[in-house]
This record gives sequence, C-alpha cells and structure tokens, in this order.
Amino acid sequence: MDISFSPEDLAFRDEVRAFFDQAYDADLQARLADKASFKEAVIDWQKRLYAQGWIAPNWPVEYGGTGWSSTQKYIFETERSSRGIRDVVPFGLQMVGPVIYAFGNDEQKERFLPRILSSDDWWCQGYSEPGAGSDLASLKTKAVLEGDEYVVNGAKIWTTYAQYADWIFCLVRSNSEGKKQEGISFLLIDMKSPGIKVNPIHTIDNHHSLNEVEFNDVRVPVANRIGEENKGWTYAKALLAHERTTIAGVADSKRAFDEVCRRAALEVNAGKRLIDDPLFRKRLSDIEIELMALEFTELRVLATVASGGAPGAESSLLKIKGTELQQAIQSLNMELAGYYQGVLDNNLSAEQLGHEFGSDARQSFMYGRAATVYGGSNEIQKNIIAKAVLGL
Amino acid sequence: MNFDFTEEQSMLRDSVARYVQDNYDFEARRAIAESTEGMSREHWQNFAELGWLSVPFAEEHGGFGGSTVDTMLVMEELGKGLVLEPYLATVVLFGGLLQRSGNSALQAEFIPKIIDGTCLGAFAYLERQSRFELNDVQSHATASGDGYSISGEKVLVFNGANADHLIVSARTAGEQFDQQGISLFLVPIDAEGVTVTSYGMMDGQRVANISFDKVAVPSTSLLGLEGEAMALIEAVVQHANVALASEAIGIMGQLNAKTLDYAKTRKQFGVTIGSFQALQHRMVDTFMAYEQSKSLLYRAVCELEDQADSAAATVHALMVMIDRSGKLIFSEAIQLHGGMGLTDELDIGHYAKRLMMINTTFGNGDFHQAAFNALRYA
Repeated sequence: MDISFSPEDLAFRDEVRAFFDQAYDADLQARLADKASFKEAVIDWQKRLYAQGWIAPNWPVEYGGTGWSSTQKYIFETERSSRGIRDVVPFGLQMVGPVIYAFGNDEQKERFLPRILSSDDWWCQGYSEPGAGSDLASLKTKAVLEGDEYVVNGAKIWTTYAQYADWIFCLVRSNSEGKKQEGISFLLIDMKSPGIKVNPIHTIDNHHSLNEVEFNDVRVPVANRIGEENKGWTYAKALLAHERTTIAGVADSKRAFDEVCRRAALEVNAGKRLIDDPLFRKRLSDIEIELMALEFTELRVLATVASGGAPGAESSLLKIKGTELQQAIQSLNMELAGYYQGVLDNNLSAEQLGHEFGSDARQSFMYGRAATVYGGSNEIQKNIIAKAVLGL
Repeated sequence: MNFDFTEEQSMLRDSVARYVQDNYDFEARRAIAESTEGMSREHWQNFAELGWLSVPFAEEHGGFGGSTVDTMLVMEELGKGLVLEPYLATVVLFGGLLQRSGNSALQAEFIPKIIDGTCLGAFAYLERQSRFELNDVQSHATASGDGYSISGEKVLVFNGANADHLIVSARTAGEQFDQQGISLFLVPIDAEGVTVTSYGMMDGQRVANISFDKVAVPSTSLLGLEGEAMALIEAVVQHANVALASEAIGIMGQLNAKTLDYAKTRKQFGVTIGSFQALQHRMVDTFMAYEQSKSLLYRAVCELEDQADSAAATVHALMVMIDRSGKLIFSEAIQLHGGMGLTDELDIGHYAKRLMMINTTFGNGDFHQAAFNALRYA
C-alpha cells in the first residue's frame, strides 16, 4: 500500500500547475462566466487542452490519450478542480468517443474522433425519451431501414446543450420483436439533418440547459450506425460504465466543500461565525468525512482499473455517494445564504445586493437535484449493486 | 499509487485467517468466553509460535518490524473470528507504549517476553471520572526514596484480570485535566498495594478495576520522561484506534456476508427475502458503508505510514465513520435476521456487541467528531 508521489509525479504536478496558471487566464474565465460567450469560451478552453495534448486523459494513447498513470490522472484532476476549472463537456470526450473507438469501424474513427478531440464538433446525448427514463430499454424512437438510410421518428428528452450541438448519439429501436434490449441500434445523427427540432426545457434553476429533441422522418446514413444493427444496448451499457467512473466528482466536491468552509467563516449569526457553531460544524464534518472516504474509494477503483481490472459495479457506489455529497454540499450553501438563497439572477453587484453568493447557491442547488436522477438514477444504481455485487 | 499488499503481508494475513477459520469457530469461542480467564493461553502460545505477537516490534528486539499495514491485516482477521485473546491490550497498547517509550532497558526486558508469549500486559489509563479524556488523570505518583509511590484507581482495564504487568498513567505534577505532568510506569501486577477486581463485558472480555495503594516502584520503571507522557499516549492510542478500526472492518464484513447469505436462503411468501427491493437497498447501503469505512481505514493507514500532518484528523474521521457504519451494519444485520437476530445462539448479536465495545474504547463517534472539528475548522 503506497500513496506517496514519486519525484516524477511531483515534476508532473509542477508541469500541470504551470499549464493551468498560463492557459486558464482571466479573460477566458470572464468569457466562461458570461452566458452570451459561454459556448465559444468552452470550446476555446478545450482547444487549449487539446493543443497541450491533455484533452482526453482516459483515452488509449493510439486514439489521442495521454498515457498517464492513474496517479497522474489523479494529480491532473485535483489540480484542475482546485482551481475551479470546469471539467470538459462530457458528451463527446467521455461518452461517445469511447464508444466509437471501442466499437466503431475505421472510417468512423477517422471521421469522428479527431473532431471530438479538437472540439470542432459539439455532441449531445440521445438516450432518454418522454416514455423511457430509468427503464431506458423501453425506448420507442424508431429507425426503419430504407436502402442505405435509416428513417428516424420519435423524440429524445433531457438532452443537455442540444441547442449547441452539431451531433447527437442516439439509441433507436430498429426491431420491435423479442427482448426489448435486443432491438436497439446506436446511431450518430447530424443535428443539421432536416426533420430535427430542438425544444427548450426550462428547469427549476431558472436556466436553460435541457431540451427535447424531435425527430420527424430524419434520414441517417447506415454508415453512421455504430457496430451491428440491434446490438446498440451492449455498446450503451459499456458507455454507461464509463460515464459512472467520472460521475463521483470527488475533486470538484472537495473544491466546493472548501468554498463552503470559507463562506462559513464569513457568515455571522448573532455575532458568531457559522463555522464556530457546533451544529453547523457537525454538518460540515458529516460531509467531509464521507468525502475523505470517497476520495479513497475512487482511488481504489482507479488502482483496480490501472492494474487491468474493469470498473464494475463499484462505479455505481461512486455515483451514489458522489451525487449524495454534491447535493449535501449544495444544501449547506443554501443554509449559509440564509434569506438570500432565494435571489434570482440579476445585474446587481454583491455590494448593491448585500450578499455574495445567494443566487449561485440557489442555481446549483436547484439544478443539482438532477445528479441523483441522471446517469441511471441512484435507485437504479442500487439495483445494479444488488444484482451485480451482492448477487441478489 | 497502489493498494496492494506485499507477499509477506499476504502470507501474514492468510496465516491469521487460516488459524481463525480452523481453530476459532463460534462454539470454540463461546467456550473460551465462558472460561474463568475469558481467554485461552494455549491459543496465545500458538499466536507466539506463529510470530503474530512480534509483528509491530523492531527487529533489534526480535520483532518482525511490521508497519501499520501489517497490524491492520492481523486485526481485521482477528475481528472476523471475534478473537478474545488480548492482542490489542498486550501487543498494540502495552507493547506499543514500550516500543515508543525510548526506555531501552524495559524494552530489552519485556518486548522479547511479549513476543514469546510469556508476558501478558495491559494499559491502565481510564479512571471512573475520565470518560474519554486521556488527560483526565487523578491517580498520582510521588517521588519516594529512589523511586515513586503510586496511588489511585484505574477502571475498565482491558486484560487487567490476566495481565502480569501493567503500564499505568499517573500524575507526577499538575491538575486533573492538565496535558503536562502525566507519567507512565511499569508495574508488576503482584506488586504490594495492587488490588485487582475483575468483571466481564458484553463482548466476552474480562476487564478489571485496579486500585493502587502506595505502590512502590523503582525510578527505572518510568517510561519516557517524567511528566511528558501525553504525547506518547496519544501516539499509541492513535495506532490503537486504527487497530480497532481494522478489527471493526473484519466484523462488519462478516455481518454483511452473513446477512446476505441469510437473505438468499430465508424464504417468506414463497420467495427468498433477498428478492425484495426494500431489503436489497438496505443491503446495498450496508455494502457501501463497509466500502467507505475500508477506504477511510486505508487512508488513515497510508497517512500514518507517511507521518502526514493530516493523520490525526483522519484517524478521528475514521473512528466517526466506524461508529456510524458499525451501528448501521449491526442494526441491519439484526433486523434482516428477524427474530433469529435476537438470539444468543446466533453469532450476529455477538459481532454487534463487539462493535459496540470497539466504538467506546477510545471515544465514541461524537467524541471523535468533536475532535475532528476542532482540528479541521479552527
């Protein structure tokens, strides 16, 4: 058992720090914070990571990965999050990319992977449907083969950033007979195709990131199907496992937790700092202790992966605990904001308003409810553990 | 970065696991628990011959030179079998204090005897008023001739009824709660003025209240510097907490495994109860609690090995989590076993009772959480 950093690891950490200090500059941060320039700023940032060769640490080297050890990945993640730098948009780099290099043909790899790495294509995910949530395999969006094209009809929902996307990867029903998992195909669909319509969904955080995507006689070349027809479920399951290893978000939660501690030293009640209040301190350590454990649970899973093992149902544990902690931290932020937790977005300065973070706390708390729902709800994750780990 | 064990460590763990499996089943344990001494000297000699009693000691004293990892592995396996023999009291506490005391004469005399199984030791630190505060010491030692005279009372001394030697904390200066002024003395149990009153605990241990009435000891029996013992005590207790957490991990793993087995075989309404989602999710919760506790144990062990500044807070965090997870896991184990979970015949309740004792030995969850908060949110 050894978690100490080698001199090489420490040199790597210095290299990462130097890069972030230089590349994540004040101008970029300002553009990321502004809704009007958000998309371009995200792409700009990802292109800087790409130019550095660090855009896809988890990909195999032959497809553009970094070849880092799990310790190096851990260092990179920790340094990233400790600066409050957002993770890359996951849909291309962490979701469809791995499916394409694992199950796509050479032509698909050549066509799509470079543009995912360079962020020239913005991807979104077409899994859930109005009638298919946790029971994803019951999806009904239909793909009928006509010549060398599929004709797609139906609707996808909860599609994050569909309004920005160039491409969508979809699970579609190509066969309605037999087991519902066995008639599903995995299609890559150009968002500019005729017949696609994006309808915004406004969420309880008073923002717009989710959408419904309608497909009306959308024609998709067979060449855009990943792997075999009706085998899409297998590919999607592999992808879901991939999604869940990054979903714990430990490094980001550590940063968010430190911010809560900083704020708790500034918020005063009856002349007493909240960080000195025994009840509030108990709430802090209830979270921090779980987070300290989860960091090592994640390292244990990473170490298993590094030595050739597969991230199995343990990633369900990471998802459940990680999202519970994210929400617990968001709740503490709301407690700290007091009355200000209700403040809507506005153009007032903290000085004019009288408070620094009420609106942010509200937004992340409200949208944060999604975390225990998406990526397979936490109850579904418990079913997975019960079946796969406990053998029930 | 890796969480692998060395070949030597795996062999040590397997040796303990095999012995417990072959020689320490639940009925054998019950017989030992019901015996007068509440432990088996035959097992203890076997532990010595298998080398387990030498694990944490330096090679110069004939020890194995093991690390925190080695002790963790031994304690986890002992926990699985609810082993009653005083490994914690003799090796981790009594031996740990000697090892870290810097008193080479006492080390040379006693560590080899611990290793060969001929010395059973105990650490007498707790007093009836002191609850979880190690520095709340009223027993006192005054200079007398070329030595000291110790008076006072210690309670709940683990292995106090069987030990042949004690290490006793006593005040040589200062007031009741002072950190400074506490000293440690090695006292033979048969010294004049020592009175031992033993009684049993719910986890099968025999403990003792031990009173000291002007017990005369030579100055050579002082461990470390006079009045400076708190740092030594805290360091050893930190390691003892990690050892207890390791034992708890062994127990929690057994409780989860046994409960899962039961859920897969027990039938109600014509199906196994493990097919009910309400129960499945509870077993997932206990699985997660176990894995999280294990992760925090690994973290504490790694930080102690690296002598990281954060280690003290991490050990407190670990003991908070062991307290919470332990209560969750034994409560669910009893609940899922239904009426059977309440019977003395089944081992489930006995695992529960040992977990409960572990979680009060050096402070309960609330105590450790307050200590963690004081370190982290200053």
